[in-house]
Amino acid sequence: MKHCLIVDDSAVIRKVARRILEGLSFRTSEAEDGEQALSRCRTEMPDAVLLDWNMPVMDGYSFLRALRELPGGEIPKVVFCTTENDVGNIARAMRAGADEYIMKPFDKEIMTAKMQEVGLV
Amino acid sequence: MLDADFDFLRAYLKERSGLSLSAEKRYLIDSRLGPICRRFSLTGVPDLVTKLRQGRDRALETAVVEAMTTNETFFFRDKTPFDIFKDTILPQMLAARAGKRKLRIWCAAASSGQEPYSLAMILDEARAKLAGWQIEIVATDIAAEVLDKAKAGIYTQFEVQRGLPIQMLLKYFQQKGDAWHISPAIKSMVTFKQMNLIKDFSQLGQFDVIYCRNVLIYFDQPTKTDVLRRLSAALAPDGVLLLGAAETVIGLTDALAPHASKRGLYVASGAGRAGAGNTGAGNATAETGKMRVPAGGLRIAAGG
Repeated sequence: MKHCLIVDDSAVIRKVARRILEGLSFRTSEAEDGEQALSRCRTEMPDAVLLDWNMPVMDGYSFLRALRELPGGEIPKVVFCTTENDVGNIARAMRAGADEYIMKPFDKEIMTAKMQEVGLV
Repeated sequence: MLDADFDFLRAYLKERSGLSLSAEKRYLIDSRLGPICRRFSLTGVPDLVTKLRQGRDRALETAVVEAMTTNETFFFRDKTPFDIFKDTILPQMLAARAGKRKLRIWCAAASSGQEPYSLAMILDEARAKLAGWQIEIVATDIAAEVLDKAKAGIYTQFEVQRGLPIQMLLKYFQQKGDAWHISPAIKSMVTFKQMNLIKDFSQLGQFDVIYCRNVLIYFDQPTKTDVLRRLSAALAPDGVLLLGAAETVIGLTDALAPHASKRGLYVASGAGRAGAGNTGAGNATAETGKMRVPAGGLRIAAGG
């Protein structure tokens, strides 16, 4: 079973994402900000990270750059899931090593399509 | 709704679009024609049927047919038909057409354009191999309203996230406010035309590849047979047809056969062909059509 770490400061978004991902046969874990997410990744590197951009403590973009520096940090497929839908930011995220990008709001179809796109569904 | 009104609408839609509306789909009448009634200031479906029976309002007739046909689509829908195009059809067509350097593709139910534009993006990705080639993508649909959207090439954030990889979004679309505009280069690769598949489409000419996905499921058996027979006739002798996952040629025509391993892909079987213009199942001319010329270069094996 693939493991997806859901990183978002909104409990509602985490819950919605968890339900969709578990429906796609993912095992999930959660973090409320980038720093918490990095700590989780040091303990257990997930197969995928669903990543918000704007979060307190450490934002998603900084987390992504730090993740890719960790041993094994190149492994997780990182899918941004954010209201940052400006094309410049999308390009910046992809250059920093993101694999896919979801612009909120999302639904099950979009999440499924993006997880298929990164080869995890 | 009175049974007589339902029966009238069922016959009306069958005649104009080929749509076969079963009794279980009766609920669609209210859900889809309700907005049309409001748009044309009609009191309800009985009033609408009365107007249709009078036959004097062409705009209403068109709106009813367009509302009842399904336009569900998205970029790279079902993924596999596009992987087949990229990995199987295109390389083999490039070899088979190396002399003429011409390729004609038809999306027979293009809806709001996502399917032909997906193919155009694949072709653009392969442009290094296509230098000097003349490639034509013809995209048709029965509904003028969705074709207008297709021609505009403007999509919502929701639409561009259904099936379109993010790198392709960045490469082929421009963001303007909340909307995403497909690039002029991709748009210029597709020609859109309004076309009803149950009518004669022979004027479109011959194609190397035809995508006709998720249309036949709405037709009854004789209409499916008739459309498939004419699609087969519109294919080059070594051309290929792609149908939706829930569609098949089996039991409907012997002019086409399923590919050995690629689901949804159909190739010439070598059986008799008829002219693309002869509409009507069981047409005598159709039954005595010309034999298919053996494939020249393209070899996509049919059958098991």
